[in-house]
Amino acid sequence: MKKTKQLLACLVLMTLGLGTAHADYTLNLMRGVTQVSNEIYDLHMLVLWICVFIGIAVFGTMFYSIFHHRKSKGHKAAQFHENTTVEIIWTIIPTLILVAMAIPATKAVIDLDKVQDSDMTIKVTGKQWYWDYEYLDSGLHFESHLDEASEKAHRVSSIDPRSVPNYLLNVDKPLVVPVKTKIRFLFTAADVIHSWWVPDLGWKKDANPGFVNDAWTSVDKPGVYRGQCTELCGRDHGFMPIVVIAMEKEQYDAWVKAELEKQNALPDLSKQTRASLLLKGESVYLTNCVACHQIDGKGISGWYPALSGSAKVTGDVHQLIGFVQAGTSKMPAFKKLPADQLAGLITYIRNAPDLGNKVGDELQACHALSLDELEDIFPDIDNAPELCKENGEVKLDKVVAEKTN
Amino acid sequence: MTAVVAEHDDHHDHHDHGPEKGILRWIITTNHKDIGTMYLVFGLIMFFVGGTMALIIRSELFEPGLQFVDPQFFNSMTTMHALVMVFGAVMPAFVGLANWMIPMMIGAPDMALPRMNNMSFWMLVAGVLLLAATLFMEGGAPAGGWTLYPPLVLQTGKALPFAIFSVHMLGISSIMGAINVIATIFNMRAPGMTLMKMPLFVWTWLITAFLLIAIMPVFAGAVTMLLTDRFFDTSFFNAAGGGDPVLYQHIFWFFGHPEVYVMILPTFGVASTIIPVFARKPLFGYASMVYATAAIAFLSFIVWAHHMFTVGLPIAGELYFMYATMLIAIPTGVKVFNWTATMWKGEMTFETPMLFSIAFVVLFTMGGFTGLMMSVAPADFQYHDTYFIVAHFHYTLVPASIFILMASGYYWLPKWTGNMYDERIGRLHFWLSAISVNILFFPQHFLGLAGMPRRIPDYAIQFADWNMVSSIGAFIYGFSQLLFVYIVIDTIRGGTGKATAEVWEDASKHGLEWTVPSPAPYHTFTTPPEIIPTEHV
Repeated sequence: MKKTKQLLACLVLMTLGLGTAHADYTLNLMRGVTQVSNEIYDLHMLVLWICVFIGIAVFGTMFYSIFHHRKSKGHKAAQFHENTTVEIIWTIIPTLILVAMAIPATKAVIDLDKVQDSDMTIKVTGKQWYWDYEYLDSGLHFESHLDEASEKAHRVSSIDPRSVPNYLLNVDKPLVVPVKTKIRFLFTAADVIHSWWVPDLGWKKDANPGFVNDAWTSVDKPGVYRGQCTELCGRDHGFMPIVVIAMEKEQYDAWVKAELEKQNALPDLSKQTRASLLLKGESVYLTNCVACHQIDGKGISGWYPALSGSAKVTGDVHQLIGFVQAGTSKMPAFKKLPADQLAGLITYIRNAPDLGNKVGDELQACHALSLDELEDIFPDIDNAPELCKENGEVKLDKVVAEKTN
Repeated sequence: MTAVVAEHDDHHDHHDHGPEKGILRWIITTNHKDIGTMYLVFGLIMFFVGGTMALIIRSELFEPGLQFVDPQFFNSMTTMHALVMVFGAVMPAFVGLANWMIPMMIGAPDMALPRMNNMSFWMLVAGVLLLAATLFMEGGAPAGGWTLYPPLVLQTGKALPFAIFSVHMLGISSIMGAINVIATIFNMRAPGMTLMKMPLFVWTWLITAFLLIAIMPVFAGAVTMLLTDRFFDTSFFNAAGGGDPVLYQHIFWFFGHPEVYVMILPTFGVASTIIPVFARKPLFGYASMVYATAAIAFLSFIVWAHHMFTVGLPIAGELYFMYATMLIAIPTGVKVFNWTATMWKGEMTFETPMLFSIAFVVLFTMGGFTGLMMSVAPADFQYHDTYFIVAHFHYTLVPASIFILMASGYYWLPKWTGNMYDERIGRLHFWLSAISVNILFFPQHFLGLAGMPRRIPDYAIQFADWNMVSSIGAFIYGFSQLLFVYIVIDTIRGGTGKATAEVWEDASKHGLEWTVPSPAPYHTFTTPPEIIPTEHV
């Protein structure tokens, strides 16, 4: 009811040619939180008002004419058909207006271009369909995918998108930046062209495969700023949002430290219950696999193979691990997936009722590791958890996914 | 379709003959009126095909969430909607008008190259059918946007080579049509019809034809490079092989920007033809209209990278393309001022063609304003690839090109069919279209400014209300257009009565086409007419 009323109100106001200042809607560009975004906002308003002014003059004249110079009012047509003075005037005045616009516009173009002397650099790589962020100064490196709630909501028709907070504008791992710090961004892409846009920062920049673009920002105040990919990049173009969290420098430093610790931490090799493996697996699947193989595991005929009933998925578990880690010409290699996530994923795709597979086994993180990988983690293999060994000895090739039922 | 009955000029010893009987008349015809009719009917059919795709898009966007279509199919729809509307509806409809009207406006018996004329029409049909066939191919129709940007477009399934071949055919068809227009205008004008006496519609088409000849081969080249990149291991657009995906964008927009003027210049021409008739006044500033058209055409070749402000142009490029783009506002402004001055102190009546033409001037100007806003490169860093630009170019295409095509229909239908259309239904069609087109596209400005990217099948909740409003407008607009089909059929069947030769009050002062009987005989001006002194010059 409220919805219909709102809608009606909108329609009425719109036909009256008025904007509505209703809190739910944004009608205008946002000012944003950087010097450049403010500059652009001012430019936008300047040109908008110039257009409004010219529009009133031209349409005013035209409508005056339409109301008064009509046959039904007995107006007789004049027969003039040119007037050099008037024509010169209406060529010169627009030219002067354009010059007046071009001056602040040029300044803004120059400001947008000042990428040098930055305090830190973040490399952004667009991929089908997520963003990959690499902090070149601290070595922090992670992927940022659409969050699970939005991912599920847009794929399962029974979930109302309105019930999901920040639907389609939320990610699993946001980009965190310090405020009042000049950040240089480098943009590139792995597959097709993407474009990185956060309106509050004031610009978007294309990420072109094989080339590097740059841009800069310095965020004035802490906050959460959301954006989206703005270059059509294929099927899930609408589902690769961007979230930037700007925080005070000290908080940011603490965040980097904590994230680096997490990044360098050993994978959790402890024994997990089947339920927790499946839960973790679902999360990994929603982040990494669902875009192609779909929420029901049926894939897309002619594009992406089904996982449901696939012999590769339900067959030998070691071959499956190898396949996931190696990738194919179409599928990325998930070499860097930590063992606990890999174990969850494998358990999930072999057993999840949602995907229609029922092998009836589970894989523990320990058993998802090859001997080499285990040795990388535990140079002294004796320190490896018992679970990773069989009868106190490391015999990984013999360890198979345990049948549980 | 046109109910044109051959009225033989029996006193001529010249053996002219009427149309063939039956279906053959349409297949092998070389008559400019028949071919014009076929182009117009084809354009109208494609307008509904493209419109259906638009309604599929708007249905999916009616509410947040994915309700009707798969995202890949949604992308195919946005791609095909654009290709069908541009190459199947608007361009053919204007070629149809050119075929019908240019010979009659310059006092020529037919187009200069009638057999090529027939061939270019059937090539168009083949091209569009092939394009439509890609919808049913494995992997679906192209889904990378009508701009066909690599590398994305190279991910198309089996459809890619077919789509490329279809573009080649459409290009050849357009080039042949353009050559025909130029040859006709340069060689077939009646004695005394000097270039500066030609109606503006003829002028704008002459300039458009030159644009087409210049750009279609460029587009053909670009898609051929896509073809070889995909199938013959070249690397024009592949960085790994030393190519550059952005190179494609430069080539595409060198074609693409003049291409949008191909759709708008004839629009200007028709508006400049209709407004003086209903204002009962000569067109204001005829010469400056011609020069402004030429200036816009020239500028269209040197502004292409304003479609690419965010691809990472060097700063000098940003500045140059910004300044050059801003310049377009000057000749375009001249045109709008001239139309306004033509109406000023006129003796206006508001029949349907005039209503559509006035709406065109107002709403096209709004599209021009947003164009000016986007020419400001830094501001375009915000507007680019959002719904703001969707609103912009739809304002310059729907209530501009499409409205003027509708105006042309109402304006010339009595001449084509010999019958008057129903003015009441015409006005109803106008008001429904004019109101709904704004409900459809105006809110898209808000959506774009608020941050909604274009070409997405689903959106965040804060965009929900305006999307719903926009979709409602789309449905009203779409279904209102059926009235036009009704009117065309009704008029062919007799309409509200016979039309006079002049149709509109004093129209014969404004154009030669109003000096021949209604319906226009199968052959007109087999002997050149005497050129009436025109007001302009």
